[in-house]
Amino acid sequence: MELLLDSLFNGVAIGSVLLVAALGLAIVFGLMGVINLAHGELMMLGAYTTYVTQLIFKLPILKPFYNSYIIVSIFLAFIVSGVVGILLEKTIIRKLYGSPLETLLATWGVSLILQQFVRSVPLAYGTGLVISLLIGLFLPTSFPSKIKESINFKYYKFSSWLFAALTGVLTGSVISSSVSKLSRASARNVDVTAPSWMRGQVEIIGTAFPKTRLMIIVITLISVIAITLFLNQSAWGMRIRAVTQNRQMSDCLGISTEKVDIITFGIGSGLAGVAGVAVSLLGSVGPNVGGNYIVGCFMVVVLGGVGNLLGTVLASFGIGIMTDLIGAGRLLSIWPDMPLPLSNTINFFATTSMARVMIFALIVIFLQFKPTGLFPQKGRMVEN
Amino acid sequence: MRISRRILAGLATASLAVTATSCGGGGTSGSFDDTVTVGILHSLSGTMAISESTLVDTEKMAIEEINAAGGVTVGGKSYKIEYIVEDGASDWPTFAEKSKKLIDQDGVPVVFGGWTSASRKAMLPVYESKDAFLYYPIQYEAQECSNNIFYTGATPNQQSEPATDFMYKRSPAAGGDFFLVGSDYVFPRTSNTITKAQVKQLGGKVVGEDYLPLGNTEVAPIISKIKKALPDGGIIINTLNGDQNVAFFKQIQDAGITPSSGYYVMNYSIAEEEISTIGPEFLEGHYGAWNYMMSIDTPASKKFAASFKKRWGADRVVADPQESAYNMVYLWKQAVEDAGTFDDNAVREALVGQKFDAPQGPVEVMPNHHLSQTVRIGEINAEGGFTILEETGVVLPQAWNQKHPSSKGFACDWTDPSKGEKYKL
Repeated sequence: MELLLDSLFNGVAIGSVLLVAALGLAIVFGLMGVINLAHGELMMLGAYTTYVTQLIFKLPILKPFYNSYIIVSIFLAFIVSGVVGILLEKTIIRKLYGSPLETLLATWGVSLILQQFVRSVPLAYGTGLVISLLIGLFLPTSFPSKIKESINFKYYKFSSWLFAALTGVLTGSVISSSVSKLSRASARNVDVTAPSWMRGQVEIIGTAFPKTRLMIIVITLISVIAITLFLNQSAWGMRIRAVTQNRQMSDCLGISTEKVDIITFGIGSGLAGVAGVAVSLLGSVGPNVGGNYIVGCFMVVVLGGVGNLLGTVLASFGIGIMTDLIGAGRLLSIWPDMPLPLSNTINFFATTSMARVMIFALIVIFLQFKPTGLFPQKGRMVEN
Repeated sequence: MRISRRILAGLATASLAVTATSCGGGGTSGSFDDTVTVGILHSLSGTMAISESTLVDTEKMAIEEINAAGGVTVGGKSYKIEYIVEDGASDWPTFAEKSKKLIDQDGVPVVFGGWTSASRKAMLPVYESKDAFLYYPIQYEAQECSNNIFYTGATPNQQSEPATDFMYKRSPAAGGDFFLVGSDYVFPRTSNTITKAQVKQLGGKVVGEDYLPLGNTEVAPIISKIKKALPDGGIIINTLNGDQNVAFFKQIQDAGITPSSGYYVMNYSIAEEEISTIGPEFLEGHYGAWNYMMSIDTPASKKFAASFKKRWGADRVVADPQESAYNMVYLWKQAVEDAGTFDDNAVREALVGQKFDAPQGPVEVMPNHHLSQTVRIGEINAEGGFTILEETGVVLPQAWNQKHPSSKGFACDWTDPSKGEKYKL
């Protein structure tokens, strides 16, 4: 019983890291069909946001609230990655809908740019830049419609960008002068330390569980529930699903597909940011952190069936449990006296590298029989 | 108008030239008879840049020190050392290419360079075919002995073997079982083969072994294996690389694998630089083994640390790889002065037997082109340094490891033409 519980927990823990990382991609790739290779770098931005938030919460004014910085950083990471995602959509991806190969190349280029960006720009000014983007993108939309429709709107827009740039530079210099660690550019990996209440273990039914793992499971669950509710219950969620199924018809019926694209992409990117917070709790934060997850993300989405959230959820937990079963040689402890050739085979695959090989092989075999994944999209898609 | 513009341009070039020479001159250029240019080849970009740039800093410092003390004296003439820094870009073929450039185009008498074993393996054929000389400063898996490379880092018997011995006999987990963790590439696998043979000799037991693919940070399956194999604590030998250590230590601490519950990790790739990146709060109470540790309390060690901080900033630290890099520049200078020429073959002969009072203590170049060194075992403390627990005497290097099944009974000696790279003892 204890063994089963332990194994199940481990599987779920590994799976939830995969799931939280793949959730945003399930929306961007699954619903919109955009192959976004910069997804990993949006995660990286989320992880760096956690790091910056942590340092800012060490300042004397915010010190009393230090223990809650991780909660705050979840929201901030969603906003930061979301804003960068929206900018990406507005400038690059919008022009490339329907041409997957070009999207793939362009987003890969973006991923390289983002990696180099965090290497060579001091994080304080990076933060400033994100703040100016935030203001520049959203301030004009908050003007009353009288101004928006006036012929001089472009001047208003221009001046709001000017204001945004000024605010960004100002915040950048304030942060850089108050937090010395953020004032210099560095390619060195940095470290997020979980607040003390999140370190160590809790005991549930006689088994000890690491708290950070539980936290990641909770973050994942909340994200999945929130996104499901949003897609199925809200008006915008309905519009997103409508556009996914039939873009032209939705357009004819008065849905602003442009707005839907921005919102979908923004949410998908924002979720990547949340995933960044989760992975920053497990390892170090560096320019390459996203690259380690991107293959796994695509694997989960394809295995689950493109365009199906439930498939993504099941695929990640499935892979998680398989990783633990194979990688830790669990079958041997369940059935200790199995025949020798079999136990030797299991021992051979019971290392992290070999377990990975085995899982990839199993997925390839599975996709031979079900090329559209666990839950293929039902119904006719106009675009196909 | 046209003339005045030309004059201006001329003036600008002249002033540029003046600044350039005054920068390179280092102040005392007048007192040298001639200059000699050496090559420095490390990654200044890419993933290895973080580590390798510290070596460039150290080598520059050593060269500046030598120049300030009058340069290299060869045949009664004093030479000022100048250097060309090339970027290996964390890309192994680039290392080979830049080596060719330094040897053929720049004609340098010596190249100081490399960090990863992969970069060394890529450079080796270049130096052997051109009969040039590479000085390589990193602790590595050995099982190699080239006439054209001088290795100033530790071989396994100068790091992992004394460490394994300490863990099994005198650590708080003495007599316990071993679990080996490493990144999936040549150094951890070779090092662990040696450790397994040694643990067997000592009468201990290796109960598990696992390798994390480079770039992977999911440690959960390894943790469950450790817990299953060592339910009541034991010894973990860690050869993980770079950032994977952060993931490993964060996650094992959360899973309750800590010194206070009887698990002690011995690390072969964590020096002062890495401790500050990972965070001492995750590493306190675990161990490391090196030839040089910043906390060595001798005047030479303190002077080395102090001059590095003075040159590059008070927040910088020095660690074992940097000390090796520092030593090799001085050893080259001594060998050149003894040989009385910059010629490779003469310097190579003069090199063997050179002694140097290094920051770690006295070192000597052995006939197998490795250094005899002191080994230290340290416990990582809350301040991010090592508390030195043990210090061996001087340990002779084994280019061919005597515990590894494939090289047992072999040795290397370049001073005797009949012996060479690999001969039977």
